Amino acid sequence: MNILTIGSGKMLYFLCRSFLAKGHKVTVIDGDQSECIWLARRSNATVIYGDGTKPQMLEEAGANTADAALAITPDDHDNLSICQIASIRFGVPHTLALVNDPDNETVFKQLGVNAVSITRILSDIMEQKVSLDSITNLVLASEGKVNITEIVLKDTYPVIGKELRNIEFPENSLIAYMLRNDQPFVPRGNSVLQAGDRIFIVTLPENYGQVIRMLTEGKE
Amino acid sequence: MVSGDKLFIIIVGCGRLGSYLANSLSRAGHSVVSIDVNESAFDSLSAEYSGFRVIGDATEIAVLKQAKTDKADMVIVTTQNDNVNLMVSQIAKRIFHIPKVMARVFEPKQEEIYHILDIETVCPTFVASELFLELIAEFLASDRKGSKQ
Repeated sequence: MNILTIGSGKMLYFLCRSFLAKGHKVTVIDGDQSECIWLARRSNATVIYGDGTKPQMLEEAGANTADAALAITPDDHDNLSICQIASIRFGVPHTLALVNDPDNETVFKQLGVNAVSITRILSDIMEQKVSLDSITNLVLASEGKVNITEIVLKDTYPVIGKELRNIEFPENSLIAYMLRNDQPFVPRGNSVLQAGDRIFIVTLPENYGQVIRMLTEGKE
Repeated sequence: MVSGDKLFIIIVGCGRLGSYLANSLSRAGHSVVSIDVNESAFDSLSAEYSGFRVIGDATEIAVLKQAKTDKADMVIVTTQNDNVNLMVSQIAKRIFHIPKVMARVFEPKQEEIYHILDIETVCPTFVASELFLELIAEFLASDRKGSKQ
């Protein structure tokens, strides 16, 4: 593939390196002159010094024959312009913009440009780590011999959409009751777990971890 | 629409052009909201300016929402950056469906992409040079042309 990458900094360099290593042809537009010299020395990419939001720059960089354009400048509005000019003026089939503002993923899509927000990806990852916070240890009953735990099911959990009878709970554990849309009920074998369900599980301290992992990360 | 001929107008960028427009349109009785990233930019608004001031980056849709852009009759985008103007005017037109969206463009070559995206533009370089050329043509046509011969 012929990949046109517009941006600067370490991300540009490492992307370049990884594209080249995979055998792609890479052309770079970078607005920092000394960085251009450095990039040209350290990689086999074609390096062009200039403002990638200018149509004539994109033309010079061979946008007419590029298979993909990737805009990773620090400014969302520049990345939008680059992708739009690349696709509308030069017919580049695939464009992708990096955005800071997570809202711009939707905004750009509405304007016909694919966008990825690092902010969103990082916060999603962090949230998944922190998702165990949605687990509340309600009660240690019978002198600590039994745990009753509340978990709010997320759509990423592997048990979503499964009938209860197809979920293998470890011995001495069960879902005692659950709340769906604030309506409490005791689930049966044919109850299907849904995202947003608030389930109350009874476990022993020994199998607690196993049950949580099974619900949130799939079977171990 | 506010009432009758009075419009609700959002002006993005409060520099020389933005503040001039904001002052004039506010004086004419229109309801104006001025948006700029720098609070000090609002110093150029006159005492007669009765509109709102919103501090923020208009490429953040949250800022545009805060300025109630969805209710606007008209959006005029006048920041110093062509790409910011292109982005904000597209958001106004395609996401908020504002009936009238206009943008200032510095680079005449950048105007083409605005036209493809169906956004009305005013390019100061183009306007000024057209005026100069007109004045030159007037001069050439006038009697003074011969005065030095």
